This record gives sequence, structure tokens and C-alpha cells, in this order.
Amino acid sequence: MSKTKVELSVGVLVCLGLLAFVFMAFRVSGLAGSTSSSKQYQVSAYFDNVSGLVEGAKVTFAGVTVGRVQSISIEPKSSKAKVLLALNEQANYISTDATAVVQTAGILGEKYIGLTQGAESEVLAAGSEIFDTQSSLILEDLIGKLVMAFVKKDDK
Amino acid sequence: MQSVIKVGRSSIASVQALGRLACLFAQSLLQKPTNLKQEFSLITAQLYSVGVLSLLIIALSGLFIGMVLALQGYTVLSRFGATEALGQLVSLSLIRELGPVVAALLFAGRAGSALTAEVGFMKATEQLSALEMMAVNPLTYIIRPRLIAGMIAMPILALIFNMVAIYSAWYVCVALLHVDSGSFWANMQNAVDFRLDVINGLIKSLCFGVVVTLIALYQGYESIPTTEGIGRATTNSVVLSSISVLGLDFLLTAFMFGT
Repeated sequence: MSKTKVELSVGVLVCLGLLAFVFMAFRVSGLAGSTSSSKQYQVSAYFDNVSGLVEGAKVTFAGVTVGRVQSISIEPKSSKAKVLLALNEQANYISTDATAVVQTAGILGEKYIGLTQGAESEVLAAGSEIFDTQSSLILEDLIGKLVMAFVKKDDK
Repeated sequence: MQSVIKVGRSSIASVQALGRLACLFAQSLLQKPTNLKQEFSLITAQLYSVGVLSLLIIALSGLFIGMVLALQGYTVLSRFGATEALGQLVSLSLIRELGPVVAALLFAGRAGSALTAEVGFMKATEQLSALEMMAVNPLTYIIRPRLIAGMIAMPILALIFNMVAIYSAWYVCVALLHVDSGSFWANMQNAVDFRLDVINGLIKSLCFGVVVTLIALYQGYESIPTTEGIGRATTNSVVLSSISVLGLDFLLTAFMFGT
């Protein structure tokens, strides 16, 4: 083994290590925002409650993934949660009165946003807003309501 | 009475061994390098034999461990409909535990044993004494480059192990088990913290690198200079460094992730 070959292979090892470190930092621990490469357009949707929804969660239309949740913030005027959806450019068939629902994959699974087609012939474009929404299903609230219903029944 | 004497003798011997180990570490590292260029090329040569030659076994093991983790995680998580959490499961278990520990165990078997045999054979053929006769300190010429190379190589190898394992887990999840690729990465990025997980994993693998190389070099340096002695030293090196890695891992985990 010549000296340059040894040095070359050590250099490759160190470069691989650096690559792995960058991978760990950006791809795995998400130190910087994830890169969205394919062309997308943004649509905002307003919810009463989006508990459990995270940035990067998928957006589905008829069960097919068509985009991602880009950001979640509060709209101070209406004090609703504003969810910015990044939809793929190919998904250009969603009508402007589509409904957005925070859904759960399984009982304990990931939260995601499901879009349902409306009746309008006009389609969503960049900057459109969706107000017809349904909030997260919160298990504790549901159980609370159930218990209250039982209590009221007992009172009678 | 005899057995008590035996216990005492072996305790004294092990404490003395620990002291000599610390002396080896301190004496080889604390001495000022006289010729930086020569030092650098010595370390490079050792990085080749310790790091580059271990790369294949590390990458292959990472590949299979990542795939197995994904499969096993899937069978359990699919029962709860939570297969989207696979990214989180795989990345956290790899970065925090499996990456540093398994890479260190493989490193002990692949590089540690070779280091022990090499240094032990140098001692048996009186190369170490010959160096001393030429007024070259074997601690700085033989031990130090190997020690530093081990300390540099171990974190790099653990990082590569993690990267390969996470990508192979991703492949199994997305291509074979049809888990959503975006959820896989998004969950992972949500769960993994750069400072708490990635940096702590790196610190772990650095500690393991020091421990494994130090034990390997010590076993070689103190080996009985016979064929049998070198064989025993090599076995001891792998056994002791594996056990120390696992024990140290518990301590480090308790410090880093406890409370």
C-alpha cells in the first residue's frame, strides 16, 4: 500500500464521517427546516383546535397524500389556529369550498389533515383559505362527555 | 484462609493493573510531540488500519441492524396502528444506544484485537526494547498514534453506522412495509434533539473509543512475550473492552438521560 493510497482512504473515511454528521444534524435531528424540493403551493386553513398536529404531517385528499403541513400558528384576530398547508402542484382539483378535518391514523396514531371535496367548480390556488374545518378529536374530551352523559342519566 | 488470600491478591493485582493503565494513558498522551509532521503521518497510518479497515464490517452491520430494527418495530407498532412512529423508534434507539455500543463492540473485535496482537508481538520480538535502545520512547512512537487514531476513528465509525442503519431502516419501512416516507422523517426530526441525542451519542462513542483502544494497547504492552501470552492478551483485550463498553454505557446513559 503506497502512502498516497493510505492517505486517500483515510481522507475518504473522514469525509464520510463528516457527511454522516451533517446527515445526523439536518436530516435526522432536523436542525434546519426540511427542504421542499418539488413545486408546491400554500393554502391556509383555520381550525378551532389542532392539538396533536405537527409540522411535516401529511395532508390527504380522498386518502391519498397530496401535501404536508408547513407551519402551525395562531391567527390573533379570530384566535383560531392557522395551519399552512403545502400542497403539491399536481393536486389542482380541490374545490374552494373543500372541508379540512384533523384526523387520526388509528386510535393512538399520527394526526394528519384530510381534505374532502366540495361542490364549487373553482379550485384552490396559492393563498386560498379554508374556513370549513373540523378540529382534532380529543380523547379526554370525548370520555368527559360520555361520563357526563351517564351522570345526567343517573340524576333522572 | 487460602481463598481469602486469593481474593486479596487478585484485588491488589487488579487495582495495580488499573494504575498502570492510567499511567500508560497519561504518559503517552501528556508528553509533548517533538515532530508534528511525523506525528501526523503516524496517526494517518494508524487511522487507516484502525478506521478504514473497520469500515466495511461497521457499514454491513449497520445495514442489517437497521433493517431488523425496522422489521421488529413494525410488527409491534402495526398492532397499535402507530407505524408512523417507526422513524422515531429507529433513530432514537440507534443514536442513543445501539450506534455507539454496537460500533464499539465491533471495533473491539476488529481493531482492538489487532492492536493487542501487534503490540504484543512487538514486545515478544523485542522491537519495543530496540526502540528504547535507540532513545525512542515506544510510548510516544507506538502507543500514542494508535490511541489518538482510535479516539478519532470511533466517533466517525459510529456516525457512519448510524447513517447506514437509519437509511436501511428507511428503505425497509418505505419500500417494503409501505410506511409513509414523510411521516417517517417528520416523526424522527420531531423526536431527535441535536444536542441531547446526537451530541451525547458522539460523546459516548468518543469515550468508548478511548476505553477500547486503551485496553487493547495495555493488554498488548503488558502481555507475556510468548505465543501463548499474546493469544491470551488478545482474548482478554476483546472480553475486557466489551464488558467495559457495556458497563460504561450504563453509567453514561444514567448521567446523560437519567432524571
